Amino acid sequence: MSSDAMAIPSATNAARPWVEVLHEWVTTVDHKRLGILYIVYALLFLVVGGVEATIIRIQLIRPHNDFVSPQVFNRMFTMHGTTMIFFVAMPVLFGFANYLVPLMIGARDMAFPRLNAFSFWLTALGGVLLYFSFLGGNGLYGAGNAPDVGWWAYAPLAAKAFSPGPSSEYWTISLLVSGFGSIGTAINLIATILCLRCPGMTLNRMPLLAWLNLVMSGMVLITITPLSAAQIMLLIDRYLGGHFFDTQAGGSAAIWMHFFWIFGHPEVYVLIIPCFAFMSEIIPVFSRKPIFGYPVMVGATVCIAFVSLSVWAHHMFTIGMNSYANSFFVITTMCVGIPTGIKIFNWLGTMWGGRISFKTPMLFSVAFLFQFLIAGLTGIMLSSAPFDWQLSLSYFVVAHFHYVIVGGILFALFAAFYYWYPKMTGRMLNETLGKLHFWLFLLGFHLTFDVMHIPGILGMPRRIYTYEPRPGWETLNWIVTIGAFIQGIAILVFVANLIYSYFKGPEAGNDPWDAWTLEWSVSSPPPNYNFASIPVVASRRPLWDLKHPEDPDSRYE
Amino acid sequence: MSAVTSPVLDSSLEWKLPYRGKVGMACLIIAESAIFSIFVVAYLFYLGKSVTGPTPREVLETPIFFTICLLSSSLTIHLASKELENGHRKTFLVLWAITIALGALFLFGTAMEWHRLIFESGLTISTNLFGTTYYSLVGLHATHVTVGLVMLTLVLLFGLADRVGMEQSARIATLSMYWHFVDAVWVVVFTVVYIVGR
Amino acid sequence: MGRFDQIRKLPSKAPGIAVLLAGALLAASLCFGAPGDPSPLPSIFDPRSTPTKSIEHLSYFVLSVTGLIFAVVFTLLAYAVVKFRKRPGDDGREPAQVYGSTQIELAWTVIPILIVVVLFLATARVVHSIQDAPKPENAVEVVAVGHQFWWEFRYPQSGVVTANELHIPASEPAHPTPTFLTLLSADTDHSFWVPQLAGKTDLIPNRVNHTWMDPYETGIFLGQCAQYCGKQHAKMLLRVYVDSPEGFATWVHAQQQPAMLDANVAAGRRVFETTACINCHAIAGTVADGRFGPDLTHLMSRQTIASGAAENIRANLRLWIQQPDAIKPGSLMPAMQLSDADLDALVDYLQTLR
Repeated sequence: MSSDAMAIPSATNAARPWVEVLHEWVTTVDHKRLGILYIVYALLFLVVGGVEATIIRIQLIRPHNDFVSPQVFNRMFTMHGTTMIFFVAMPVLFGFANYLVPLMIGARDMAFPRLNAFSFWLTALGGVLLYFSFLGGNGLYGAGNAPDVGWWAYAPLAAKAFSPGPSSEYWTISLLVSGFGSIGTAINLIATILCLRCPGMTLNRMPLLAWLNLVMSGMVLITITPLSAAQIMLLIDRYLGGHFFDTQAGGSAAIWMHFFWIFGHPEVYVLIIPCFAFMSEIIPVFSRKPIFGYPVMVGATVCIAFVSLSVWAHHMFTIGMNSYANSFFVITTMCVGIPTGIKIFNWLGTMWGGRISFKTPMLFSVAFLFQFLIAGLTGIMLSSAPFDWQLSLSYFVVAHFHYVIVGGILFALFAAFYYWYPKMTGRMLNETLGKLHFWLFLLGFHLTFDVMHIPGILGMPRRIYTYEPRPGWETLNWIVTIGAFIQGIAILVFVANLIYSYFKGPEAGNDPWDAWTLEWSVSSPPPNYNFASIPVVASRRPLWDLKHPEDPDSRYE
Repeated sequence: MSAVTSPVLDSSLEWKLPYRGKVGMACLIIAESAIFSIFVVAYLFYLGKSVTGPTPREVLETPIFFTICLLSSSLTIHLASKELENGHRKTFLVLWAITIALGALFLFGTAMEWHRLIFESGLTISTNLFGTTYYSLVGLHATHVTVGLVMLTLVLLFGLADRVGMEQSARIATLSMYWHFVDAVWVVVFTVVYIVGR
Repeated sequence: MGRFDQIRKLPSKAPGIAVLLAGALLAASLCFGAPGDPSPLPSIFDPRSTPTKSIEHLSYFVLSVTGLIFAVVFTLLAYAVVKFRKRPGDDGREPAQVYGSTQIELAWTVIPILIVVVLFLATARVVHSIQDAPKPENAVEVVAVGHQFWWEFRYPQSGVVTANELHIPASEPAHPTPTFLTLLSADTDHSFWVPQLAGKTDLIPNRVNHTWMDPYETGIFLGQCAQYCGKQHAKMLLRVYVDSPEGFATWVHAQQQPAMLDANVAAGRRVFETTACINCHAIAGTVADGRFGPDLTHLMSRQTIASGAAENIRANLRLWIQQPDAIKPGSLMPAMQLSDADLDALVDYLQTLR
């Protein structure tokens, strides 16, 4: 009976009944399996969210198109946003954190394995509940169908008066449920990192991935919760006759915006910080140098976490706050760009003087640096409130945040996939397919999201199911749509690679990348118990010390 | 290789990390504090903004007695926890039971107050902004008290079945943290609703 | 759904190559809109009033700074990728293991801080100059009320009430007559965005917002609602007609008159007054005084209907009343279920409301 976390199909393994395998997976509390469950779940929803994006793009390929009705279109952009943030990005990042953190800190599992499983299944339930809305019942004028209030569900549009029927409830309750799952995982990660590190691994010697997931989890505790609170208030309004957002009773529409963006802005840092973590692990290994400025990287991340709590109203520059309030959020938003920029420089500094090998993980990492730089700079443009008065709520902003989420987060995730897939499955992903995936996706991404900035500049607002034939809008939208299709093909190549390599990929061995952190000291995939005996470490790169006993890091730290 | 050892191992290395239960509970408390903060902000923001209906000054009566009950229960749970650490199971159980009684008394007081407000003063959650924010905030707190009482009662039952001893004192201390949190929230809610809000 | 055959399209797109050429010219013309042109393209880089001009200047400054940062960092990145790549003839040794450098970290912390200070000061100046601009005595005042899915415009100084097409006077630099708008909402959030005239400002229920514009020359400027407000957010279009001061005065005078009374269309007027029309629409001088929908007193003085969704011609008017979903599915205009005879009479009547 194999005690491996994931059995590689091979002739020596006795075939186990599929029911047994299924049962193991459904009842698992092992962080590695839960990590994989999160990741697979997220990949499924990535495809679903991608289909929704494709429908949006087809509808917008030319003015006055009638591929879908306005009602369907409005559901599409609502579901696309909600799905991608809550059922793709959050789960996949928690999945990687779940898998990697215990291994990287020399622990056997997370601090609360059952809470871990519970959190996953809560998140999973949330996704299912959200999508049940398509089936759940149309009601009068489709009022029971999927939510169509945008992923921010601004009041009073989301109030009973303007959204009768349960469609908004699917949004609210599915996110409440999965939000509690996220909080559970965050608690787990913090407890794991603070309480289960192996001997010798002081906080100063912890891999940056662990540090950054610690910061991210701390943020989740106070980021998701304002959204949960606001959603409870919305439910009270809609079902108990409350007036939190009822402007007729003196309520405020703006307070929903404040509560939402107090969640919404730190949320995007919650999403990007684990991606910074991936970059901080991958770039050093492929540059053959340690991360440049480890303490500064930690400090900058903590800085980002704190400052990001003070910038939220830059999403609200147009709602008519007074000039002092606007100026306050201008300065805080610009300030948060400083530690972020420092991180980019530190990654550059890591590459500088190195011996860079451009395997697929590094290709995606370099693209990340280039794209995240641009995304940050368009962010600076948006932080200048008067400029934002023109750019916000237009396709410029849509281009900006997709640059961050696709050009930054997704590229970093692809790098992480190619880097850690060997550890999780014992097989290498195919390099040729990987490079094809990279170049195709790069082409599609830039075609879509570089060009997308322009319609915004030319006056095209967002969330419109069709547009007037203004000069330039049509051609630009057409190019954007073509790029979307190319990205779709690239994703198919990626998925094909994942499946093909699982069966036919070359065996990876413990340490295919010649890396330095603890997960590479165990077999691929790791045994159930991770480590035969708990490691003891003396530096930030324990495997470097072992491979270079004449020049260990422990001498310099 | 499955064991990674350092060439410079200090065998007298003391490696003591915090208890995971305490860390987990502290995280939960931080998260819950954030939720409560949003409700407090909404309460404060909407003070004086109700378009109709009774105002706080007209209908609120300060629940001093029940507040004392709840805050004393923090003391009794603290003492109970200490007694258990020293192995005095019987004393622990008595103090634990008193804590539950005090908490239940507090809930009863809230119920009485709500009954009066609804049936005598005509204030419901849908009456006006004050009603909405008041019942939401106090209700959110009362829900947390209820959950706490359920947990405390479970422990009481296990204790009566003689299953709670010194070995469980770390877990009892963790649960006490939650109870202290609930009390601390009440201090804030009390100040905001009955002092600032009037 | 969505059949637009009967709706005359706005200027048809030029075929193939011409479009590409237009695209190239467009890029060039982004900054250089010729004065006096009707402006079909609402570009933020074609400002025609003071607030948008200030924004444009600020944006060039911001773009220069960010462009410079991009150039520097990109060059470093490209250099690193080329210079420090692993060569085939590599001896396989690890490069020098550098952990960091305090001086470098300080440098690339201090320089960004300085950049932020400069950017902030430049930005704050423009924020104040636009938001805190004093309202001169001879400013034209307009109250804009956002509805799902149309714009109500009221002129408190003259008592004019109209919809969707905003008329304001051009503002001469010698004696400026800017237009100051008060922004309100009757239902959900909206946003008033006419890129060439002002940065966007939201219309939020139970909240009073303000914006202002002082267009330099006459013309028609396009915009639309920018804050998602429901099903037909996409077709809540805006047209701002900047008239000469005399033209504006003429327009105001005409709008102040009660509705035309033409005996020939009495039948149609009766249809209007005895059907549900009067519950939502107002026509000055008649019994109709509904405020839920646009004021129709001078309906035919507007070039479009349904907030810009269709040209104001007989066929579209008829279709709008009979089957609004054909033009704007999900709008709050109900299909009026009139007989053909009644419908024709009604449209005849409406077409007299100049």
